[in-house]
Amino acid sequence: MTDDQDQLQTKAGTSGPIVEMAVRIMTPFIQLFGLYVIAHGHYSPGGGFQGGVILGSAYILLGIAFNQQIAMRYFSERVNNMLASGGALIYVGTGVVCALLGGLFLDYSALDRILHLGPIEWRSMGIFIVEVGVGLTVMSIMTSLFWDLGSGGELEKGL
Amino acid sequence: MKKLAFVAVLLTGALLLYGTKDFPAWGDPMAPAAQHLSPTYIEKGVEQTHVPNIVTAVLGDYRGYDTMFETVVIYCAGIVVIGALRGWREDE
Repeated sequence: MTDDQDQLQTKAGTSGPIVEMAVRIMTPFIQLFGLYVIAHGHYSPGGGFQGGVILGSAYILLGIAFNQQIAMRYFSERVNNMLASGGALIYVGTGVVCALLGGLFLDYSALDRILHLGPIEWRSMGIFIVEVGVGLTVMSIMTSLFWDLGSGGELEKGL
Repeated sequence: MKKLAFVAVLLTGALLLYGTKDFPAWGDPMAPAAQHLSPTYIEKGVEQTHVPNIVTAVLGDYRGYDTMFETVVIYCAGIVVIGALRGWREDE
């Protein structure tokens, strides 16, 4: 733990202790807000794209306030790539599962055959599953774009 | 070659602009989309999907293909940036 904190302090960029402390406090709230925007897309403006961008911006903020190495310790490149592919896979996979269960591609009411909630309720649930997939992909791709463009593809030191 | 590409772009643009002449005017209540699709979504959207936000219902359910390929486009953008920038380390 102390080693961690030492590294945080020595490797920190030029943003100063006030910005770093503020970012440390704000990051969890930004992430929570991103999850809220994804999950509450059924009732208010929002959804996968918007929530995903907010979630990604939390990691971008970490990368700007500290540096890229520290940001990537919390969200490694490997996990990032897996989440990006996984999100797209969740979306397409939902559609394929619907087709395999006898409905049309992306006709979520077919999922009722797995768990009996009612076909209309499943259309609502299907939209949510799909939005989560979109959110994961958008979050990882936004973060990955920032990492790559900020460091010229070397992923060593960011902006 | 550049001039040829420019001419091709101009031609395609002109063709597309010519095509927009046949579109219905903005907000035209007699447009085909406003006569069949939009009223159905507005009247039956909540009943058919149980999602109070019509925008989400249209994006996620009625227009699922569109949203799916939007996601894939973003994914491809990320993959292309990774592919374009990350080869450098191997060459050195």
